[in-house]
Amino acid sequence: MSGGALAAAASTTSTGEALQFWVLGTVAVIGALCTILMRKAVHSALCLAGTMIVLAVFYLANGAYFLGVVQIVVYTGAIMMLFLFVVMLVGVTAADSLKETLKGQRWLAALCGLGFGILLCAGIGNASIKTWNGLGQANSGGNVEGLASLIFTKYVFAFEITGALLITAAVGAMVLTHRERTERARTQREQSEARVRTGRNVPPLPAPGVYARHNAVDIPGLLPDGTPSDLTVNATLRGRGQIRDVSSEALAELAALEQRSQRWLGRKSETGKPSGGAGESGTSENGENGENGANAGSAPNPRGVAK
Amino acid sequence: MNPVNYLYLAALLFTIGAAGVVIRRNAIVLFMCVELMLNACNLAFVTFSRLHGNLDGQIIAFFTMVVAAAEVVVGLAIIVTVFRSRHSASVDDASLMKL
Repeated sequence: MSGGALAAAASTTSTGEALQFWVLGTVAVIGALCTILMRKAVHSALCLAGTMIVLAVFYLANGAYFLGVVQIVVYTGAIMMLFLFVVMLVGVTAADSLKETLKGQRWLAALCGLGFGILLCAGIGNASIKTWNGLGQANSGGNVEGLASLIFTKYVFAFEITGALLITAAVGAMVLTHRERTERARTQREQSEARVRTGRNVPPLPAPGVYARHNAVDIPGLLPDGTPSDLTVNATLRGRGQIRDVSSEALAELAALEQRSQRWLGRKSETGKPSGGAGESGTSENGENGENGANAGSAPNPRGVAK
Repeated sequence: MNPVNYLYLAALLFTIGAAGVVIRRNAIVLFMCVELMLNACNLAFVTFSRLHGNLDGQIIAFFTMVVAAAEVVVGLAIIVTVFRSRHSASVDDASLMKL
């Protein structure tokens, strides 16, 4: 790792570090690309956490042992968890829409990014650094000790200001997110009275799936005409788009059933030939299915039927 | 391998982060892209520290981390507040200074 760093002016790193750079560098770039390309904020956060861990390894490889550990503890440990926390709090409905508000903005942005990257890389390539001083001498008394002596002598003023900044940030976050309750919370009795007065949702909300064939929480109940009812599923699941919609399935089944019975009826009225046996068995099966469906629909929740 | 390659990687990560800020519209993802840019700068600082053979670059990277932590706290608080009033985390919807 720091084998090259021990020489006063080295010109190449160890092969192990080169291998590590190319492998983990690829991982870092892929993670960064996934961060900006994933649609859901949670996936972006996880990809970014992976990139940050790779960067921590690079810090260690560059002789910044303290920063490598701090990167893992502060960035992937604290900051990314804070991100995930806010994603859970806010981003439930926050899957980006793919619709462009400005026409051609994405391509222009990608083009600008490409130009910017070329500019940066050209600047670096222009520098033509052949040899460098490793950190062997600076780290000889220990990396943490060296950093500490610098922080508390040369950079002590910046360090103090950093403390003030942290306190301000903590207070600011509390002030921003604190919400003063200006009115008394309504009691359960008042809420029920208000419901009765307005006449909306007087009984409890309908449970999910009871009108369909399933009663899982992510399957909306179906109204008599076969359309799913939004009242039956949790708003969070609805917002995440994690609802398994069986309505089209149910409608298709209903249509197929009707078609079959029509065909059977039509065939029966047309010919009445013995092949009706197959049709008969088919319809009896269908009838059974329908009955079963009705039973399954009504059995778990008699209230649903009463309604 | 020359440690300058770390600088190229940092430039690449910074570019990706900048492009993400321009492309994405979810405020949280935007914020993550800013963090990515800050991390790329940190990598550049650490590499400079190695190239120059002193620890000042690492000190700067350390201060960047502290400032980034403070920034994330305040920024996420702002996002939560905006979400509370607008029920959206998209930066397109927050086009007015007040509700």
